[in-house]
Amino acid sequence: MDAFLAILIAVVTVTVLGILIGTALVAASNKYHVETDPREEKVRNNLPGNNCGACGFAGCDAVAAAIAAGKAPADACPICSQEALDKISEVMGVAAKEVIPMEAYVHCAGTCGHVSQKINYVGIQDCRAAVLSGISIWECDYGCVGLGTCVKECPYNAISVKDGVAIVNSKRCVGCGKCAAVCPKGLISLERKDKKVAVRCSNPNKGTAVKNVCSVGCLGCSICTKKCPTGAIYMNGNTPMINYSKCIGCGTCADVCPRGIINRFDN
Amino acid sequence: METSLILIIIATAFVNNVVLSQFLGICSFLGVSKQVKTSASLGTAVLFVITLSSAVTHIVYTLVLAPLNLTFLKTIVFILVIAALVQIVEMFLKKKAPQLHKSLGIYLPLITTNCAVLGVALKNVDMEYGFAQSVTAGFGTALGFLIAIVLLAAIRERFDDSDVPEAFKGAPIVFVSAALMAIAFIGFSGIKF
Repeated sequence: MDAFLAILIAVVTVTVLGILIGTALVAASNKYHVETDPREEKVRNNLPGNNCGACGFAGCDAVAAAIAAGKAPADACPICSQEALDKISEVMGVAAKEVIPMEAYVHCAGTCGHVSQKINYVGIQDCRAAVLSGISIWECDYGCVGLGTCVKECPYNAISVKDGVAIVNSKRCVGCGKCAAVCPKGLISLERKDKKVAVRCSNPNKGTAVKNVCSVGCLGCSICTKKCPTGAIYMNGNTPMINYSKCIGCGTCADVCPRGIINRFDN
Repeated sequence: METSLILIIIATAFVNNVVLSQFLGICSFLGVSKQVKTSASLGTAVLFVITLSSAVTHIVYTLVLAPLNLTFLKTIVFILVIAALVQIVEMFLKKKAPQLHKSLGIYLPLITTNCAVLGVALKNVDMEYGFAQSVTAGFGTALGFLIAIVLLAAIRERFDDSDVPEAFKGAPIVFVSAALMAIAFIGFSGIKF
């Protein structure tokens, strides 16, 4: 009987405590209720939720608050899908913009076999620190440093260094552009995901100078600009640039390039 | 009396450091110690919650559990009380101090499940502390947590610029440094009060 009573007292006490605490919580939530913009939550629900920080805000919550408060445009998230942007624009009552899916692209193909090493760098393992030292690790002064600052920066594990050159995993890359911002050589740019060709070299020097340091680098012969049927390629100094709004993806430039430095994509 | 309170602070913060000697609250210790700034925020939030909860749990224990001979229920009741307390504190801060809520807010729910908070409450009961002693012990313990997490964060910030062996990158080196810190804190164990 004593044991039964003890159990009863225990059950009653915990129940009463639970009810008291529950009531206190309800009372507190009523008393300290804070009005929030209902649009903020709707916007937040349509954001990717990766908190990558590519928008420049402290995370998806922060950018949702900014969009709802009108402090940021509806398309503030650079990696938003078309579907999500449509919904956010609808919530905010603005016309939806078209999303062009972008991805990072490394404009260097100078792997260990193609470019030889000039110095043995043992300093801080960071591309920016290596560039600050003033001496290029590789013979080519314009190529990828290969210490992987972009790899550390990428929130999506989409970039890796292979044979001394950074390479982007197109399946994982969402085009946030954080790698492009940290590359001290400015080798990474955001390009359309549906591009058919891309130039994989950034060396602005003339043919002989490039040939002396790299076995695949662009010589600046400009044959690609001449053979392009739509005139989508133009020369920026000694480096060809592709105007993707004119490019029809025929791949002629990739076929005629004597160095094979124009990459072709099947997507 | 006053000396014993100071002794309690030293004993709980250093000699019996909650993380490095008693291995409580390891989850947030390892999880939120990437940057000194965020770890200091978490540490401050923990300081606040533990001090408050050790006061409240002491009141609940002496006024409710002890008179009814229900001391065996302390674990479950303390969990209830602490969880509710943190919730109420969070709501209160959100309304009355939005700036403070912004800096501590995201850590408060995390702390609800921090075993260090429950550990302090249970230890206070075991030590048969009075009210002032309980609050002091709570404060000291949380201070120990703050010291430990900020130190670890400072060490982890240095890993970013150092050449860590491939196999140790990430979690392993954090565990190794936490273990070395724990060994260093053994140095305090010779101090007896």
